[in-house]
Amino acid sequence: MDYAIVVALEMVRAVAWLVLLAAGLAIIFGMMRVINFAHGEFLMLGGYTVVVSTGAGVNEWVAILLLAPLVVGLFGVVVERLVIRQLYGRMLDSLLATWGLSMLMIGGVTLIFGNTVQGVATPFGGVRIGTYQMPIYNFVLIFFAAAILLAVWAVLKFTRAGLIARATMQNPNMAETLGIRTTLVYMATFGIGSAVTGLAGGLLAPVTGVVPAMGASLVGQSFITVITGGAAVITGTLSSATILGTISQGTTFWAGPVYGDAALLVVALILLRILPQGITGRIFKRAL
Amino acid sequence: MIIKRRQFLRSTGAAAALSLAAPLVARAAADTIKVGGLHDLSGALDLVGIPMDQVFQMAIKEINEGGGLLGRQVEGVVYDPQSNMSMYSQYATQMALKDKVAVVMGGITSASRETIRPIFHKFQTLYFYNTQYEGGVCDRNEITLGTTPAQTVARIIPYAMNLYGKKVYTVAADYNYGHITSAWIKRYVEEQGGEVIATEFFPLDVAQFGSTISKIQAAKPDFVCSAMVGSSHLGFYRQWAAAGMKEQIPMISTVLGAGGNDQIVLTAAEGNGILSSFGYFEAVDNPANKAFLERIKAEYPTNTPIMSEISECTYEGMMIWADAVREAGSIERDAVLEVIAKGKTYDLPAGKVKIDPKTQHAIRDVYIAELQDQTFVIKESFPESQPADTQMVCDLIADPRANKHYEISL
Amino acid sequence: MEKSLTRDPGFWIMVSIGLALMILGPILIDMFTIMQITQYVVLSVFALSLAYIWGFGGILSFGQAAFFGLGAYTFAVSSIGMGDTTVPLLLSFAVPAAFGVALGYFMFYGKLSDVYLGVVTMVVTLIFWKLANHTAGPEYSIAGVRLGGFNGIPSIPTINIPGQPDAWLDPAQLFRFFMAVLVIVYVALRILIASDFGRISIGIRENEVRASLLGYDIRRHKVIVFAIGSGIAGLSGAMWATYQSFIDPNAFSMEMSAKALIWVMAGGVGTLLGPILGVIGLQWLTLQMGMVDFLNSLVVLGAIMMVLVLALPKGLVPTFKSLAVAGWTLWRRGRGVGGRVKKVASDD
Repeated sequence: MDYAIVVALEMVRAVAWLVLLAAGLAIIFGMMRVINFAHGEFLMLGGYTVVVSTGAGVNEWVAILLLAPLVVGLFGVVVERLVIRQLYGRMLDSLLATWGLSMLMIGGVTLIFGNTVQGVATPFGGVRIGTYQMPIYNFVLIFFAAAILLAVWAVLKFTRAGLIARATMQNPNMAETLGIRTTLVYMATFGIGSAVTGLAGGLLAPVTGVVPAMGASLVGQSFITVITGGAAVITGTLSSATILGTISQGTTFWAGPVYGDAALLVVALILLRILPQGITGRIFKRAL
Repeated sequence: MIIKRRQFLRSTGAAAALSLAAPLVARAAADTIKVGGLHDLSGALDLVGIPMDQVFQMAIKEINEGGGLLGRQVEGVVYDPQSNMSMYSQYATQMALKDKVAVVMGGITSASRETIRPIFHKFQTLYFYNTQYEGGVCDRNEITLGTTPAQTVARIIPYAMNLYGKKVYTVAADYNYGHITSAWIKRYVEEQGGEVIATEFFPLDVAQFGSTISKIQAAKPDFVCSAMVGSSHLGFYRQWAAAGMKEQIPMISTVLGAGGNDQIVLTAAEGNGILSSFGYFEAVDNPANKAFLERIKAEYPTNTPIMSEISECTYEGMMIWADAVREAGSIERDAVLEVIAKGKTYDLPAGKVKIDPKTQHAIRDVYIAELQDQTFVIKESFPESQPADTQMVCDLIADPRANKHYEISL
Repeated sequence: MEKSLTRDPGFWIMVSIGLALMILGPILIDMFTIMQITQYVVLSVFALSLAYIWGFGGILSFGQAAFFGLGAYTFAVSSIGMGDTTVPLLLSFAVPAAFGVALGYFMFYGKLSDVYLGVVTMVVTLIFWKLANHTAGPEYSIAGVRLGGFNGIPSIPTINIPGQPDAWLDPAQLFRFFMAVLVIVYVALRILIASDFGRISIGIRENEVRASLLGYDIRRHKVIVFAIGSGIAGLSGAMWATYQSFIDPNAFSMEMSAKALIWVMAGGVGTLLGPILGVIGLQWLTLQMGMVDFLNSLVVLGAIMMVLVLALPKGLVPTFKSLAVAGWTLWRRGRGVGGRVKKVASDD
């Protein structure tokens, strides 16, 4: 019984993990149809911000919740201004340019910080579930995954900014004629998407090894979650993260991590074959 | 601060870069002895490659300050294979054919070694492999200084079983090193009358270990033995500590600290108490090590690299080779090899090191240490440990033409 | 042969350069450099595989490495198993091509388009990469050949003369053989592109709806194009495996797919010469990067990639072509013979 609870919790955490990895990318992809291939390095930058600033004496939570989103968000705005802006409507070119950016960032961070930084401790400790122990931090991850989705949903649904964003998403030309400066919307979107990614990177910093090349193993999962989800930011991310996360984590428990990873990829393939536009391309079409 | 270190690296590496950029300069310095350094300075393995290269550069400087070799200065030829096996094979060919180096230090993973070893064998360029590995290389052209499982795993398993108990749970990286090492772990555990209750393998890019940590708790072993490799796998130790498991089940590792920086990436709370076994730790207490660490500090005053077995062995490689060149009075491969294979004992920072003529692996002192506040504290040492695994399959005296990496079957 | 092709001086120039290099190269150039050039030749074949399906079939694959690796592993296993390299070389084309048909069927008949197609090819590559990495244990062997996991398969034989397993090609002969393969692949692709089949491919690339309204079976057509590209990629993988004499799962890596994309993009989509130049330029640069100590190679490569996309979106060869045409136009105009300008510009 205890074991079943632990397995279930691990599955929820796996879903939360995918949501965290994918949320920022989904915002950018859903709103702008731009695929940020340097997404893994944006996560890495978030992680580095936390590691470096806590090393300099900043409180860990300030670093995770404030500095990481701020730094990565600002960085995102700069990238949008210098690179992405030139490439709107050219999905492929923006993908290739951000691919270059990802290499540049790995190399740059290595040059600036060297390749070893002291890690940050995982806050809290363990919690006892029957005869098992689990990091309390798991619940922190689950909480923030839910919080990010909720916040994005609330902004899109209830605020004027959300309305403008949705209008731009649905029909940029129409929005433009109605007096909305779409370039500004795009810049803000990219900045917010980057900030969310930075927050995710910061949250992951205490549980992963923060090194310059860490993005490489994360970008694939983020990318697949977003594409499988389709264009709707919240429903898409949540539905694909739920399907992929539970199946891969279940397989991991049952057969080991290699098969867990492989299961994630195979399920994504099958989903894309059945639903070529992603889950929200066919189902939940009108969802956010 | 860190940039300074990089600048330093640059200036020391400038000699190598210049000789490539400008053939004229190279010709002017034609009577130097060239030695090759092939370590990953960028890409996934730069964590371990950069300290090795720093020590390599320092050793060259030290040899030159002592008057060079045979009245000539030593010049380093350094290429960065960028953690890419194709680049390894290219640069190895280049070093052997174009630069005509006298000796090469380098290669980190077994994959990179098996890429370049046949090349150096073919072109008869003496090669030193200085990394801890799974054992089994049999090649007269290669001197192997790092420890093998028969030297480390054979020591740490009985030690840990004595302390903690007989039920062992093994987690290992899913590639050759992990598979072979876990086979050795199983063998030594069983030899001591214990039991490996489960062995799990993880691809090198897996970063989430929640399911495994739950499984380990369900299995209730007396201790966990980890052969996890690389930065993603560091997450295992972190998530283990975060679950509060450190107080519940002790952990030992066959590879933690190999690159010299794992212990820094982990916080003290996460790392404390983990046992590890290598042929060298900074804490080794002898005059040679004291001088060695001081020299490193002087050479790289800011962000001094932490010395581990692989970087110290790179230094050993240079010193053993230089000694053999002096004694042979030549840089010819066969003459140098003959001196090295005589089985002379060297006093090096790691303690006493002797090359076993049969396998050309090092017979060396091995240490068990415990991680305390991000440094390893030596618990016990085992003098003159033999590379017994490789000795089972390799005899270069009987067959000097051998050129193979045996997978030692258990 | 198609008339438009036989009349194209560029085609004949390319073929002559290739043949001249093949014959004279080993005589005039030192052995070490020849071995370096051999590498460019192999990777050029790989680049051509993507240049063809992307530039002349409109299929953007992020997973060309899947076929490259599949060809390499097919060759490695079968050549070690058989001891002779002739059949393995053919297999290294056939097996990836067959897999290309299967994957192509899965994708094109599933009506996947643009970015989703890219993701599917990428996911397939990732699966191969993961599985190849997972084969370290002794239980993973095919016909007695261990797959070796992360460490890969060592001691892959050099190409031998058909039927004589001990008559290995020396580096000069290997270079000539690979050069011949490159020329053959180039010529074959040029003929294919100039044929009716090739024209239909281009028609589909330009406008799928129009092509299908004209009665062409787009899906079948795309599957064939994709499979041909897959086979060529597989062949180049086999050449890579024998050239390096080892192969590891990095053949399946995203980096390998990315490199192919960068070469084609840098050289110019829609040309065959451009990607070859892309290979030479960027591989040379990567090699140089490893030899200087003052810059991280990733920084330079990343920067180049970004600059290429931003400044030369069409790639080197098309940009150079239009510059040359513009220059020619100016020059003609300066001499007062502007009347023919229009003709020159359209004579692509």
